[in-house]
Amino acid sequence: MLAACDLAFGFATRRVGAGVSLELARGETLAVLGGNGAGKTTLLRTLLGLLPALDGYVEVDGHDLRSLHAQARAQKIAYVPQQQASGFAFTVLDMVLMSRAAHLPLLARPGVRDRGIGLDALSRLGVAHLATRVFAELSGGERQLVLIARALAQEAPLLVLDEPTASLDFGNRARVLAELDRLRGGGLAIVFSTHEPEHALAHADYALLLASGRPLAFDAASTALTADNVERLYGVAVDLVEVGPRKLFVPAARGARAVPR
Amino acid sequence: MSAAVVQSPPRRWRRIAPFSIALAALVVIAFVSIGVGRYPLSPGEVLGVLWSGLHDATEGTAGAIVWQIRLPRIGVAALVGAALSVAGAAFQHLFRNPLVAPDTLGVSAGAALGAVLAIVFGARLVAIEAAAFAGGLGAVGIVMLVAHRLPARDPLVTLILTGVVVASLLGAGISLAKTIADPYNELPAITFWLMGSFASSTYLALAWRIDLLALAEDEARALGVRTTALRLVVIASATLATAAAVAVSGIIGWVGLIVPHMARLIVGPAFARLLPLAAVLGAGLMLAIDSVARASLAIEVPPGILTAVIGTPAFIALLARARRDLF
Repeated sequence: MLAACDLAFGFATRRVGAGVSLELARGETLAVLGGNGAGKTTLLRTLLGLLPALDGYVEVDGHDLRSLHAQARAQKIAYVPQQQASGFAFTVLDMVLMSRAAHLPLLARPGVRDRGIGLDALSRLGVAHLATRVFAELSGGERQLVLIARALAQEAPLLVLDEPTASLDFGNRARVLAELDRLRGGGLAIVFSTHEPEHALAHADYALLLASGRPLAFDAASTALTADNVERLYGVAVDLVEVGPRKLFVPAARGARAVPR
Repeated sequence: MSAAVVQSPPRRWRRIAPFSIALAALVVIAFVSIGVGRYPLSPGEVLGVLWSGLHDATEGTAGAIVWQIRLPRIGVAALVGAALSVAGAAFQHLFRNPLVAPDTLGVSAGAALGAVLAIVFGARLVAIEAAAFAGGLGAVGIVMLVAHRLPARDPLVTLILTGVVVASLLGAGISLAKTIADPYNELPAITFWLMGSFASSTYLALAWRIDLLALAEDEARALGVRTTALRLVVIASATLATAAAVAVSGIIGWVGLIVPHMARLIVGPAFARLLPLAAVLGAGLMLAIDSVARASLAIEVPPGILTAVIGTPAFIALLARARRDLF
């Protein structure tokens, strides 16, 4: 579904990262981890085709991303951006219907069929009751679910989410992650970035660890996310605690001593 | 799902009610406006003159005043108000900036300078409008370029400050040129009408796509919108509408800034509903202002003062009752 080969990414004036190769099939989830400023968002933007690759290439569904025009790209990849300051007072349904731009001709407006798709996506995420509310007035968790619903209504097989659980409370995090699991089960390919190694362990098949734009590891999540790698990634000592079948990373009991990155 | 999709009659009425009411108000204002002026006419006389005028009989002082002076002026005032409001709504949407308007972006000043220079050089009709359009495009281009190059901590404020500064510079040029020419000329309303309706139909056709420009750049592009091309179309259309208005009536501030907010407070930000309401509200407001200017016998009240006097209380009242955010 998604493949990147020796990808270099960044801006014309500043290269952010390089050497990223990865592959992802439908029904699989990839988590991208890295410290602040490691280049996670820039990498995601490049995978989305919003930034041109500086070197190497990205393939989606067998097509080189550069060969796809904006709308064709939007039919293949849906994007859930990081939460940002509220914009215009669009209703939730208006926001979700915007996803239909990926399918509608230039001068068309969403019709009855599109409204059906939008409402259906909202109810799949359990937020259909919010349809007539103003998007900007929702809580952070509700907004995130609505944005995921919008991505679903875009009907793209690949979903890219930029820190979908950042700034959410404990309950909403669990809810969003459970939704991602369900969507993966439904056959979507999912890429998300996160600051929580446990989230990657519990909810992703693969993990890409980015340190200063370079891949520290790309492997099955359980293989890539060793205590050692997590220490190197974040520069603090961690303990891997096993609680029943689950693994948790916690800062080392002996204190957060520095670890050479 | 389909049950929820079908709109019940009350809801459909709620959707068109604001526009219908504003349109009715516009008609009433226009009717009152016909009777207002240094030669006052009673509503009965106005009706009589309109009726006989429809049957090709415009003789008499009242007939001449209504058909040759007041109705054309009313038409132009309404169109100017509508054009500036539509342009303001488009610019605010495009730049995601509540302070943007044809005048604060420098578009009005650029268009005025273009028109005035064209008049100075003896151009007529279409050439004046073309020069106004070119001047407006040039101004918004300069403003965007300068604002883009400045190291901005707050891009919203930088854009406006640049716009205001460029506008005042252009204003100096206008004042200079004005000593030679008078921009209030007998430009026929037809060219204005053509330009305004071209810009408006562009908007109505693209209305829903334009909604998506209110999203963050990345978000809109990931939804399949070719943002750069669409932005250029929106800027060109808004500048065209502004240029059309400025070329017939000079720079009128305030309307293009406030009316879009009023409309947005009433029907929300979706362009397909915002645009018609902004046009009708702008037309009504401009007409009301023009009527007051004509009714005041002793002194010629500058339109800028009247726009503020009438518009500010209306805007504050709307703000106080607003349940939505401005943006």
